[in-house]
Amino acid sequence: MNGLLTDDQRSALEEFRAFADAEIAPHADPAHRAQRTEPAVVKALADTGWMGLAIPAEYGGLGRDAVQLGLLAGELGRACSSIRSLLTVHTMVAHAIGRWGSREQRERWLPRLATGELTAALAVSEPGAGSDMAAVATALTREGEGWRLDGHKKWITYGETADLLLVVGRSAEGPTAVLVERGTPGLRTALITDLIGIRASMTADVWFDGCAVPGENLLGRPGLGVSHVAGAALDLGRYTVAWGSVGILDACLAASVDYAGRREAFGAPIKEHQLVRRMVSTMYADRQAARLLCLEAGRLRDARDPGALAAASTAKYFASTAAVRAASDTVQIHGANGCGPDYPAQRLLGDAKVMEVIEGSTQLHQTGLAEYAFQESARARRPHADAVTADAVRRDR
Amino acid sequence: MATDAKARIAHYLSGFFPVTDLKDDDDLFALGFVSSMFAMQLVTFVEHEFDVVVENEDLELDNFRSIGALEAFVGRKLAATAAS
Repeated sequence: MNGLLTDDQRSALEEFRAFADAEIAPHADPAHRAQRTEPAVVKALADTGWMGLAIPAEYGGLGRDAVQLGLLAGELGRACSSIRSLLTVHTMVAHAIGRWGSREQRERWLPRLATGELTAALAVSEPGAGSDMAAVATALTREGEGWRLDGHKKWITYGETADLLLVVGRSAEGPTAVLVERGTPGLRTALITDLIGIRASMTADVWFDGCAVPGENLLGRPGLGVSHVAGAALDLGRYTVAWGSVGILDACLAASVDYAGRREAFGAPIKEHQLVRRMVSTMYADRQAARLLCLEAGRLRDARDPGALAAASTAKYFASTAAVRAASDTVQIHGANGCGPDYPAQRLLGDAKVMEVIEGSTQLHQTGLAEYAFQESARARRPHADAVTADAVRRDR
Repeated sequence: MATDAKARIAHYLSGFFPVTDLKDDDDLFALGFVSSMFAMQLVTFVEHEFDVVVENEDLELDNFRSIGALEAFVGRKLAATAAS
């Protein structure tokens, strides 16, 4: 992959890798068992400045490109999917504020999100609204100059600890996004435990009981909370989850290669057994392919190419499903050890399965990718704009 | 210029709508073929294709409702950029 990166990206990758190995990986299994992220780990990440890696420099961030953000998500994902999910939801909210926030909102929130003084979470899912975001029922009612918020959000990653929540509720105009600060009277959260994966992700139920939201906390126009605000956030979320899945593939491959080289069965290391080699080779090829899809999505994102959305969806779909295959095979290669607590294999399997569910389920992406294929085909059949324009110019003459 | 913009918009939209001749004033949102990410795809296309920035205050549905509306919107954004 190094040949496909610029010098800055390559240098950043080395930094991310060293940090993930030293500061994140040692905490992954303990955090998985304790089902919580220690504040010291969040502080270590915040101290690097990378919570604001992609936030523009004019708002206190590092203003790095999308490829570097992806590389960071990949390295955090290799070390600990819960911490990678913190980066994902935090950057989703920062991106939505940067994309659709007023100058006042950007100046108010982004510098503190960039330093990690504040952490953010996206509160869209509800008990009855997951993939179908437009079905949100949390009520946003105009009250004076502001809004009143009533409802129940569920499966909110880092909802238990986030200082700032981007909430999509339903107003008279349709789905509408507002920013809600922790400490707002009527806001209550409760940790959800015993998840299958990302068990340290402080995922929470969030209740809003008559929360008063100031008018200046409206993000984007009323009615555009899903199509534009959550849409922009989700697109970035898919991108970093895709990279996080590449990180899981990296971790699976490293664990499998190491174990297969040390474990002996029938008088030889199990890496000599052809069916074990088959699992490792599939894992290796999947990791390479997933990484290339993610790099392409990042390159298109940096070029502001409209094809970036389809590329992120493709990368997320492929990388997350490949991560599940790889994690399942990692458990298989480890045998009984893969099922127990002494090796990371079972953590990787649970984490990988979550990747297939969040930021658009596998089935949602499959449906969407077919649509992208039909779009490409339809455009290919239609004369290109240049030809259309040339015809029009000839007619005008 | 106007014709060029219209042709580029029509070509991009032809991928979304299974109609052979999308008319300038056909209501894109009433045709019913758009996906959940269509809004962001359209914003990204306009920004990339015409090198403009779509701001929050630009998000009037009427700016994005049809080929003609998009062409007029792009024209206004380009004129504003040139004047600044």
